[in-house]
Amino acid sequence: AMSSSGTLSILRSDSYAELSQYRDQHFRGTRYDQERLLRKSCTLYVGNLSFYTTEEQIHELFGKSGDIKKVIMGLDKVKKTACGFCFVEYPCAGGDAENAMRYINGTRLDDRIIRTDWDAGFKEGRQYGRGRSGGQVRDEYRQDYDAGRGGYGKTVQ
Amino acid sequence: MSRRRHSDDSDAGQPHKRRRTSEPSEIEERLESLICRVGEKSNLEGLAGVLEADLPNYKSKILRILCTVARLLPEKLTVYTTLVGLLNARNYNFGGEFVEAMIRQLKECLKVNMYNEAVHLVRFLSDLVNCHVIAAPSMVAMFENFVSVTQEEDVPQVRCDWYMFAFLSSLPWVGKELYEKKDAEMDRLLSQTESYLKRRQKIHVPMLQVWTADKPHPQEEYLDCLWSQIQKLKKDRWQERHILRPYLAFDSVLCEALQHNLPPFTPPPHTEDSVYPMPRVIFRMFDYTDDPEGPVMPGSHSVERFVIEENLHCIIKSHWKERKTCAAQLLSYPGNNKIPLNYHIVEVIFAELFQLPSPPHIEVMYTTLLIELCKLQPGSLPQVLAQATEMLYMRLDTMNTTCVDRFINWFSHHLSNFQFRWSWEDWSDCLTQDLEKPKPKFVREVLEKCMRLSYHQRIIDIVPASFSVLSPANPVCIYKYGDESNRSLPGYTVALCLTIAIKNKASNDEIFSILKDVPNPNQDDDDGEGFTFNPLKIEVFVQTLLHLAAKSFSHSFSALAKFHEVFKTLAESDEGKLHVLRVVYEVWKNHPQMIAVLVDKMIRTQIVDCAAVANWIFSSELAHDFTRFYIWEILHSTIRKMNKHVLKIHKELEETKARLARQHKR
Repeated sequence: AMSSSGTLSILRSDSYAELSQYRDQHFRGTRYDQERLLRKSCTLYVGNLSFYTTEEQIHELFGKSGDIKKVIMGLDKVKKTACGFCFVEYPCAGGDAENAMRYINGTRLDDRIIRTDWDAGFKEGRQYGRGRSGGQVRDEYRQDYDAGRGGYGKTVQ
Repeated sequence: MSRRRHSDDSDAGQPHKRRRTSEPSEIEERLESLICRVGEKSNLEGLAGVLEADLPNYKSKILRILCTVARLLPEKLTVYTTLVGLLNARNYNFGGEFVEAMIRQLKECLKVNMYNEAVHLVRFLSDLVNCHVIAAPSMVAMFENFVSVTQEEDVPQVRCDWYMFAFLSSLPWVGKELYEKKDAEMDRLLSQTESYLKRRQKIHVPMLQVWTADKPHPQEEYLDCLWSQIQKLKKDRWQERHILRPYLAFDSVLCEALQHNLPPFTPPPHTEDSVYPMPRVIFRMFDYTDDPEGPVMPGSHSVERFVIEENLHCIIKSHWKERKTCAAQLLSYPGNNKIPLNYHIVEVIFAELFQLPSPPHIEVMYTTLLIELCKLQPGSLPQVLAQATEMLYMRLDTMNTTCVDRFINWFSHHLSNFQFRWSWEDWSDCLTQDLEKPKPKFVREVLEKCMRLSYHQRIIDIVPASFSVLSPANPVCIYKYGDESNRSLPGYTVALCLTIAIKNKASNDEIFSILKDVPNPNQDDDDGEGFTFNPLKIEVFVQTLLHLAAKSFSHSFSALAKFHEVFKTLAESDEGKLHVLRVVYEVWKNHPQMIAVLVDKMIRTQIVDCAAVANWIFSSELAHDFTRFYIWEILHSTIRKMNKHVLKIHKELEETKARLARQHKR
């Protein structure tokens, strides 16, 4: 009688662990399928990494929220080098992924503010950038100069 | 646990579309929202009027919400007691029902071991005396029953401790009123308290202290500290000036109200299932001398200090999942210009981070919370944090090793968010000391951890040249058979062969046949029946493979997976397992992080077992690294895995037993 019903919505708030607005356009399945997978996911997508950020650095940082099952580095489809994103898989019980969303998302790795988001699950092929030049789409079109991500966007170059 | 909100709109085409919320539940949400959002500046009288009007239809819901905020939002205690007081003044029956509901809730909490929340309820009840809801003599009677628990025989000390704590920790709020009405009874209670505190055991104190030294701030046992604070409060004639008491403004309304008597409260008896809170030691690192320019920090034995710390801890407990909210709530704690709030906040956060045996929340939360606080107060909080860091550094010599580990993890992670900017020269005193002493050791471990979050050259660049003796080694792999000059080493040619084979994607069988050529230095042990412990085989194979896979963790993990069969065979015996670990160490001794992840992977894939890791860590070969933190990182991680495994198997056993029992019933 005590434990289950007895809390307040203000204390249930866990906004950092919620789904974002982003949905993967390349996802094979319905929106509903994707959201179902996102809700029970223990895999995080990590974005805005520098091209030089290593698996070791990622492991050290994300290891702070729990035991990591696997890190999968995002690669340029052509060059097969790191292109600024990765996936981090945690074990499914224990709330490790939630803690990463709450405390690692929006903090710095390799001097850059990184962003984490729920991922529907790694599938072979998803480790590659989807931009036309081989890297991530965002690096195709951006106008600014980012030394950690190859300089100017590809279309600018 | 459903951790995320469902978006109502996106379920288009779904068979079980979420129903629109039904009417009563909407009202309940509105009521809950109204009540939860209340603060000291709210129009409490207005809200009381609204709630009174809703009583005919929603009394039970309002009761439930008020009981819940009493239990879960203790940082807003006096706001809610005032609200209840105003309601009681308008509706005496409601006041009575609320008190009854609170007593029921208190009994329920005690029954299910929710002792921390029970304290909040007791404090709430006691503050209701100030709001003329509860008659002072009946509150004193309840406290008499609490204190008499200390006379019980054959009960755990922590049981008596809790009832004592519940009594004492309510006195900052209600001591004055109770003493004015029942001074003789209160004196008796205080005298019984004193004699209990004198005779209780305190062997837990050295175990829980963060520092072994008493200077500059003794790490006091929590009940002793509270007792000193209450004694001082009594000496000050119960004048307490920190707590905001909205009910004072409504005194004319409230004193017209009729009070209720608390029903006689018998503490539920101790049972086998009772689990009481652990005793604590009060963490202090600041006093008024640390901020000479600002408002005076209340002394360690002032009741104000107790109230501030309680409230700040409660705020963290309420909002730990929401770091921005938590930081904002901490910084908007009332009394900002009368107390050095930043110092209190930093002290409370470190108190939790360094709490023994474990912090209340995951360590990384505190790092990120401090960063959020720095963002909100960029002109003041970073300086307090720097001052705190400096103080913690100065006192490393007497700091508990577990706390030093947490300090290292926090500081290195914190620095990595601020481009590793730190005035390292301020710490050059450590360079003149023996490298095994706490200060230089701390700096070495911090730099090693900083390197894990960046890279070797960066660390060399951020410290003055004089600190090079403390800088971490370049984390490169050491391959025994790498140089032509090593060709006289036994196994060298096999290593070369193996390298070529692996590069040409050889199978496990081909690897085995290449390894057959490796002589066994332990000739006598070879019983001729298949593979026995051959340390040279292990050395050649593991050195070569790890060297080839040195590029990244993923490469190494793939190598372990691909040649799992070879590993399992070579490491079949206990000596084999131990030797694998030794070779891993030889190859990667410059890269402790790599050793840790490889050991983890090898345990998970059952190449080695936990016992082998323990034997390796405690072996004489590793004695020189025994006090390095990576060793303990590996040991703790190994023990954790073992624990998880045992729990999992235990659970499976219980489930199987239950299934069997059900079978037998049929």
